[in-house]
Amino acid sequence: MIDKNSLRIVKALMIKEFYQIMRDPSTLMLSIGLPVLLLFIYGYGVSLDMNNVKIGIVLEDDTPGATSLLNAFQNSPYFNVTVGKNPKDFVEEMAKGNIRGIVTIPEYFSEFRLKSHLKAPVEVIADGSEPNSAGFVQNYAQGAFQNWLSQESISSKLKHISYINPQFRFWFNQELESRYFLIPGSIALIMTLIGTLLTSLVVAREWERGTMEALMSTPVTMTELLFGKLVPYFVLGMVSMLICFLVAIFYYQVPFRGTFTLLVLCTASFLLSALGIGLLISTLAKNQFVAAQAAIVAAFLPGFILSGFIFELSSLPLPIQLITYLFPARYFVSSLQTLFLAGDVFPLILFNLIPMWITSIVLFYLISKISRKRLE
Amino acid sequence: MSLRRIFALVYKEILAIWKDKKSRAVLVVPGLLQLLIFSFAITFDVINVQIAIVNLDQGKQSIELIEKIKDSPTFKKVHFLRSENEIAPFINNQRGIVALSIDEQFSRKLEAHQPAAVQVILDGRKSNSAQIVAGYMTSILNSFNHDYLVSKGLPTQNAEIVPRTWFNPNLISYWFTLPNLTGILTLLITLAVTALSVARERELGTFDQLLVSPIQPVEIMLGKMIPAVIIAFSEATVILLAAVLYFQVPFHGSVLMLYTSLFFFVSSIIGIGLFISSLCQTQQQAILGTYIFMSPAVLLSGFATPIENMPDWLQNITAVNPLRYYLILVKSIMLKDISWTIALSHIWPMALIAIINLTIAIKLFKQRLQ
Repeated sequence: MIDKNSLRIVKALMIKEFYQIMRDPSTLMLSIGLPVLLLFIYGYGVSLDMNNVKIGIVLEDDTPGATSLLNAFQNSPYFNVTVGKNPKDFVEEMAKGNIRGIVTIPEYFSEFRLKSHLKAPVEVIADGSEPNSAGFVQNYAQGAFQNWLSQESISSKLKHISYINPQFRFWFNQELESRYFLIPGSIALIMTLIGTLLTSLVVAREWERGTMEALMSTPVTMTELLFGKLVPYFVLGMVSMLICFLVAIFYYQVPFRGTFTLLVLCTASFLLSALGIGLLISTLAKNQFVAAQAAIVAAFLPGFILSGFIFELSSLPLPIQLITYLFPARYFVSSLQTLFLAGDVFPLILFNLIPMWITSIVLFYLISKISRKRLE
Repeated sequence: MSLRRIFALVYKEILAIWKDKKSRAVLVVPGLLQLLIFSFAITFDVINVQIAIVNLDQGKQSIELIEKIKDSPTFKKVHFLRSENEIAPFINNQRGIVALSIDEQFSRKLEAHQPAAVQVILDGRKSNSAQIVAGYMTSILNSFNHDYLVSKGLPTQNAEIVPRTWFNPNLISYWFTLPNLTGILTLLITLAVTALSVARERELGTFDQLLVSPIQPVEIMLGKMIPAVIIAFSEATVILLAAVLYFQVPFHGSVLMLYTSLFFFVSSIIGIGLFISSLCQTQQQAILGTYIFMSPAVLLSGFATPIENMPDWLQNITAVNPLRYYLILVKSIMLKDISWTIALSHIWPMALIAIINLTIAIKLFKQRLQ
């Protein structure tokens, strides 16, 4: 099938495509400008690290014990504390969303601590309209409180308390920088934009304007046509991957512990499947408006939400967990996070590569079937 | 201005969207899909956790600790490993996010009233989930400590934290997701029917036909705006109904306040959509333009990650993002029942954004006319 003539045709088609890319500034913007913009947003804007959570503390008790607990909260790096006497001020502030939690140290706090049958309560109210933040407020409050307790037990005479002392080790990301896993994950989203959105638009435009029919009436075969479309956008995708990689490593200082060859292999595999989705959408839609919307639903949103990029996949209900296996984004995000932070974990990478290959093969088989029908 | 002409335009616009089977599907399907899948998927909860345990201790205490972990609803499955060397493959291959290592001294130290250390290893590739799991582990260990001290008749801590959560006491994530989705979806749909439809008309040449007709630019704008408002309102209403009736998300506030907020939000998005389309010549450019607006607008809205986590200068930039205000409003109205004073403080920025963008867009349209 691949003879000299066909190579010549593919080359000519590719040159045509490259001209088209170079001449429309919006294509170049989409493939180079947008990735940089997005990386910038992900790098600075999308952060799960809660520092300086604003909370209000109602201090009804001013004995030394209560004040030392207040100090423990004030010294916690996670909290930005405002102290007040009246709970009412804080209730209004929390309704406005200006503070995320209210801690109340009641007036009977010290009195209760002296009685053996009572426990002195410290009430921590979190703003549940942001459930993730609320969870962290409770966790951090617990942490500050435990620190205070252990210091109290050292200074008082409560020696010989036997307890378990957990030592937490966060592998691969000891600093707990959410940026370190969000930036590699966001590269998957950017690749989706280029692979799926751009290709679906470009091919849909050819259908919409009728140039596709014109091309088909020439001796060019469907396979050659697809190759002529695929290769330029594949190259474009790899170039923006390189840009993303360099920005991630040098500008954001994300560690890269894997090998570059494996990264290229994973990117290429993902890009193929993303291009496949794009081509399939555009062959079915033949209309840029529909293609753009379909690309969002079929590629962008799954890439964002069903990929494990931000939201934990194992927490999903089982049917939705099964759906995530259908979208290649899931495998690519896991490979990227592993290659950047953990290194070459061969079994895992291989387990991620194979589904991407299968998806690509299935997609291209479907495309060639559908396109052939169109021709007849 | 003539109401009849505007009505005819609105009618034409709705027909143009509704008569094409594919664009009709595009309006309905994404909304339904998001509602069904994403409202469940967008969750920061960490459940069904797989944990690995290496227990080198022979004593009774470690077995009790493991029983406590098994009983916790967070952990779905406990994998027992034989040595610490097996932890690395377990974590590396993402078979689980957490591993607990108990050394051979554990029970002996506890009996001798010495602190016994256990190691908790977490996968930092997912540092958010890892921190949440660390929180769960801490509370399990605390309760173990407490029970142990009580069983030995030793003095326990004389103070405790009483955690409470207002507005969403059980921290159900779709009380957060579904109100937010009304904003995200109306944003997507409004941009699609304003920016993209104008760009398509332009590419097909029908826009120039409209411009040479006796219809005034303001009427053309209204003809594009009103269908967008109608479509956005219906989508938002469907999601709200599903949220309240099916998902049982509470609605404590005023319906009028919510729709007022929605109206100003949609107007500001229409302004932005028309502004984008007045700059673009082709659909591809318009789609690019909407993406360049949409991605930052969604990512920096407080939907995926809180705005207060951003650096200060970026927080200031989000002041021009209408989605930011709407997301605060919709959640506050539904969950917190805020007063009109608070609501208006979030509504006026959206109104301002809408006025500025619509004025610029009308100016640019007029320029093309001349």
